[in-house]
Amino acid sequence: MLKTIVETGNHVAGLAALVARAQVVAAYPITPQTQIVEKIAELVDSGKMNAEYICVESEHSAMSACIGASTVGARTFTATSSHGLAYMHEMLHWASAARLPIVMAVVNRAMGPPWNIWTDHGDSLPQRDTGWIQIYCASNQEIFDSIIQAYRVCEDQRVLMPAMICLEGFILSHTNMPIRIPDQKEIDDFLPPLEPGWVLNVEKPVTHGNMLSPEYYMELRYFMHEALQNAKRLIPQVAREYSKKFGLPEYSGLIEQYMCNDAEVIIVSMGTIGSEANLAVEKLRNEGYRVGSARIRVFRPFPHEAVKEIATRAKALAVIDRDISFGMEGILFTEIRSALFDLPKRPLAKNFIAGLGGRDVTQNDIEEIAKKTFRILETGTGVEGIEWVNMRR
Amino acid sequence: MVMLKELSKEELVLPGNASCTGCAASLALRLTLKVMGSRTIFVVPACCTSIIQGQFPASALNIPVLNIAFAATGAAASGVVAGLRIRGIKDVAVIGWAGDGGTVDIGIQALSGAAERRTDFIYICYDNEAYGNTGMQRSSATPIGAWTTTTPTGKKENKKDMAFIMAAHRIPYVATAIPSYPIDFIEKLEKAKKIKGTRYLHILTPCPPGWRSDADLSVELGRLAVQTGMWVLFEIENGVFSISSPSRIVLDKTKRKPVEEYLKLQGRFGHLTTEEVAGIQKAVDATLDYYMKLSGQRVYPLLTD
Repeated sequence: MLKTIVETGNHVAGLAALVARAQVVAAYPITPQTQIVEKIAELVDSGKMNAEYICVESEHSAMSACIGASTVGARTFTATSSHGLAYMHEMLHWASAARLPIVMAVVNRAMGPPWNIWTDHGDSLPQRDTGWIQIYCASNQEIFDSIIQAYRVCEDQRVLMPAMICLEGFILSHTNMPIRIPDQKEIDDFLPPLEPGWVLNVEKPVTHGNMLSPEYYMELRYFMHEALQNAKRLIPQVAREYSKKFGLPEYSGLIEQYMCNDAEVIIVSMGTIGSEANLAVEKLRNEGYRVGSARIRVFRPFPHEAVKEIATRAKALAVIDRDISFGMEGILFTEIRSALFDLPKRPLAKNFIAGLGGRDVTQNDIEEIAKKTFRILETGTGVEGIEWVNMRR
Repeated sequence: MVMLKELSKEELVLPGNASCTGCAASLALRLTLKVMGSRTIFVVPACCTSIIQGQFPASALNIPVLNIAFAATGAAASGVVAGLRIRGIKDVAVIGWAGDGGTVDIGIQALSGAAERRTDFIYICYDNEAYGNTGMQRSSATPIGAWTTTTPTGKKENKKDMAFIMAAHRIPYVATAIPSYPIDFIEKLEKAKKIKGTRYLHILTPCPPGWRSDADLSVELGRLAVQTGMWVLFEIENGVFSISSPSRIVLDKTKRKPVEEYLKLQGRFGHLTTEEVAGIQKAVDATLDYYMKLSGQRVYPLLTD
C-alpha cells in the first residue's frame, strides 16, 4: 500500500533513512543539506527512529564514525554537500576500500571560492574515483527509491561498496513534491537487516587495514572494480524488483531514456536537467525535431554498454555537464566520449557546460542546445570546442 | 594496590611484532592489553603501531583492530561505540590508541569531538614526542630544545599540554603514565576501565631511534623522566588534580634529580648549551611548583549530570 506525502527532497532523504532502518547516523550540517540532519535528529530524538545519532564535529569525522559503526555491523547513513564532501574525501576512499555498505545523500552544491550555496555537480563528480556508487536523482520520489535500493545493492555480498545518492541543492532539496511511499512492513520485506561482509568481533579477532605489501594490494583493488561491475548488473535488477513490488518507477535502471529510439539528436544529462530535457523533447518533437533525452542516472559504475547502445542509433549527442574539469571538458562528456570510442560508427558529440553555481538551466535553454546540435549536424561545423551556455561575455 | 604477579598471563601482543629494539610503546601496548583483556576493540590511526602490529596476512595483535586514517581515531571510535550499542553488544571496551602526532596534531579535532560528546571509550596517546614512524619529525608534543629532522637546531616551542586540554573537556578521567612505572600504569588503566564516558591516558614512551638513546635504556630513561620531573605522573579525576606517588617524591626539590641526567642520555638533546639546559631545569621547577599548588585542587568545576 502506497501512501502519498508531500515533502522536500531533504526530508525525503531523512525519511528514507528512517524506513531503511539506518542504525547509526553521523552527520555534520552544511547548507543545503541541513534539513536532512535536522529531520533525522528529530526522528531519533522523538523515538520514532531507533538509531544512534552522532552529532560529529566535521564531515571527515562523519564519514569516520560511519566507518567505525559499519565495521561492527551497523547499517549507517549520512548526508553532506559540497565542501563537506570534499572534506571527507580521504574517508570516502577508506569506506570503499574497507568494503563498507554506507549510504550517503549528497546534496549537490558548487564549490567555493567564492562562496556559493547553489547547485552544480562539481562536488560529487570529482569523487568519481573513490569507489563509491553514484546515483543522480531527478525527483524527490527518485531520492527515496534510490536510497532504499542503494542499501540492497551496497549490502549485497557481490558488491559491499558504499553509495552516494546525489540530489541537486534547492532544486530538489528544498522543493516540496508529492511522493509515494510503501508501508514499513513492505520495505522491511524488500530490505532485510544488514548481513555485514565482515565485522570486528571480539570472539573472532581480525586486524583490518594493516600494512599490505605490493604482493597483495592490486588484487584488493581488482576486487573493488569487480564489485562495481557487479553493482552495474545488480542496480537495474533491484530497481525492477522494487518497481514491480511497489508499483513505483523503475527509471530504466542505469539510464532513463525518453524518446531515444528514433532520435537523431539525444540530449545527455544528469539530475534535474534530465527531467527538464524531457519537456524540451516533447516541445521539439511537436516542432518536428527527432530528438530524445537520456538521463545518466548511475554515474558510477558508468553504464558504458547502455550509452553505446543508445548512441548507435543516434547521429549526435548533446552532452550537458553541470560541472567542468578545468583544462579538459565536462566530466560527463569525457565519460560519454570514452564509451563511444569503440563503436564502428560514432555519432557526433558536443559538450555544453551549463548551470554552474546554480544558474538556471531552463527548458528553453535545452531546446536551444538541441537545435544547435541539429545545426552542427546539418552544417558539419561547430562540433569542436565547449559551448558555455548562457555565459556573460 | 595492584600486584604485577596478579596481572593476566595472556599475551595479546603476540611474539614477533615489528617494534624497534627498546620500543617503550610496545611495552605500553602489552601492559594495556593485559589490563583490558581480549574483549577489547582497538582503533588505531597511522602511528608506530601501524608497523608494530605487522603486515598482512599476519597480525601481532590478538584482538579486533580497526586501522583508520590519521585524523580519524576519535570519530571512528565514536562510530564503533555507537554501532556496538545499537547492536546490543555491551561488554566490549573500545580503545583509541594513537601516537602523539595522531593525538595532539592531526587527530585533536576528532578526539575533542568525541570527548565533548562524552563518547564511552578510552583514548590512549602514546607519546614519543615526534612523528616516529616517518623518521622523527617534530610534533606539537616535541619538547623544547629537542632535535628532530624538522627542528635540526632544536625545537623552539613548548610541548603542548594535551592532558590539560583533555581535562578542559571535563571528562571524568585524565591521567599520565609511563611503562617504566608499570604498577602506576596498570592502576590507572584499571581505574579508567571501570569509569563510564571518555577517559584519556597520556603515556610517555621513550623511543631509542628517535631520541638517539641506547635501546637498553628505555625503561631507565622513563624512570629518569619521572625522577627529574621532566614527566609528571598525575591524575585528574572528576576534575580533581592529584600527583601520583612516583612523582610525589620529586615535588621536594632536594629529591629531584637534575634534568641533565635525563637529557644527557639522549642524542636529541646533545646540542644543548649549559644555558639551554638551565632553561629547561627552570621550566621543570616552575611546572612542579605549579603542580604542587594544584595538588588536591579542582581544575574544573564539577558539573551536574
